[in-house]
Amino acid sequence: MMAAAVNHYFGSSIGRKQMVAVTGLLLCGFLVGHLAGNFLLLVGSDAFNLYAHKLFSLGPLLYVIEAGLLGIFLLHLGLAIKLNIENIKARGGAKRYVVKKNTGRGSTFMSDTMPWTGLILLVFVILHLKNLKFGTYYTTIVDGVEMRDIYKTTMENFQDLSTVVLYVIAMSAAALHTAHGFASSFQSMGWNHGKYFKNVKRIGYLYAVAVGGGFSTLAIYCFLKGV
Amino acid sequence: MSSNNDMTLNLKIWRQPNGAAEGKLVDYRAEHVSPDMSFLEMIDVLNDQLVKKGEDPIAFDHDCREGICGMCSMMINGKAHGGYKNTTTCQVHMRLYKDGDTIIIEPFRAKAFPLVKDLVVDRKGIDKVMMAGGFITANTGNAQDGNAILIPKPVADEAMDAAACIGCGACVASCPNGSGMLFMGAKISQLALLPQGQPESPRRSLNMVHTHDVNGFGNCTNHAECEATCPKGISIEHIARMNREYLKAAFTYYEKSRSEGGA
Repeated sequence: MMAAAVNHYFGSSIGRKQMVAVTGLLLCGFLVGHLAGNFLLLVGSDAFNLYAHKLFSLGPLLYVIEAGLLGIFLLHLGLAIKLNIENIKARGGAKRYVVKKNTGRGSTFMSDTMPWTGLILLVFVILHLKNLKFGTYYTTIVDGVEMRDIYKTTMENFQDLSTVVLYVIAMSAAALHTAHGFASSFQSMGWNHGKYFKNVKRIGYLYAVAVGGGFSTLAIYCFLKGV
Repeated sequence: MSSNNDMTLNLKIWRQPNGAAEGKLVDYRAEHVSPDMSFLEMIDVLNDQLVKKGEDPIAFDHDCREGICGMCSMMINGKAHGGYKNTTTCQVHMRLYKDGDTIIIEPFRAKAFPLVKDLVVDRKGIDKVMMAGGFITANTGNAQDGNAILIPKPVADEAMDAAACIGCGACVASCPNGSGMLFMGAKISQLALLPQGQPESPRRSLNMVHTHDVNGFGNCTNHAECEATCPKGISIEHIARMNREYLKAAFTYYEKSRSEGGA
């Protein structure tokens, strides 16, 4: 029965959504770290490159971390897609109602567009890795050590206005996605109580604006600063 | 009985002879509708006219007509029970509408609610979830002394808020995912709050959630549209309590099999 219950958990509606919630919150945490690192762009090329070099120097540990991150991302994505497909069937197909209006007290634009903002982020992540992580490889020497000049790759990437615009759109999608997702994760895990949930929602909105705005601002900064 | 306040309404009502047949919206004109009528009485009057004309009356679910049985359903202008706060369809009164209004009436829809006829859907799925654990099995015997089991007032109030669920299915009908989590959460939460319900809470959560999932209900994505349309104003905090109970049960609850020395 024990094994059965745990197996049930990973196949159940609540178990799977809790996994989406946990992976989502972990990804939220990753974004905070990523954004904090990106702010070194403002300090200068050496600071940014040294930070990146520190990460590269982790060696095998970096691969483990990256594999973990990829795993979290794929689990989040895969489960969300699976749950969404089931939900389309459960609601009774696309032609459910001739007229359907939201009450205005429940669903929000953010909650209604979760699958779409999620898919925008998927496309974004693929392009983002292609252009930056697997982008042009320059080298530079900081303090006598040769290292990748990821600063140059980043700056170059954001010289094209259309790239910046698409980037800001993707970050707006991230903001919308986390604006619902953050508080929603707490609800899924059962952490909803009249005493604090309003604040969880507020923190979620704050987080969404900070992350969406933070990344976008840095992209615009790179564009304006020029190579 | 007609008076100056009487209205004429244009109704578009979903007609479908059975679940397998094609359905469509059919136009009706409801005349001499008094603002004091309930929504269901308005349809009664229309049905009366249809019967007199030899037409098939509109099938719709109803029973107590005082907002406590959970039988009346209907999507009124795209909202379950009309979308008025804490109101079932039977408690919607025609004074909320104006002369000449067009009202679109559809059945509750979800995969778990197959259509029977017109506005009647089969909400058996909800009963199945309830049968999987929405009760306590303790032999209660005679009524105890009122203060034998002390329950703090706020806890009793919260359990009562959850117990107010009438199982109408508005949460499922208005959920973008056709999920029955508010209904199920209300029962799991209510019983998990009370000492009488707590001993069986783990088994109850596991069994009810499993039954919910296999009966075609969708997965909750926290839109909270259920909370907004619930005629009993049940909060999604009860879904959160269910999520906690379920998580706890999935990882800690263990029933020994006979070979392991269990019952």
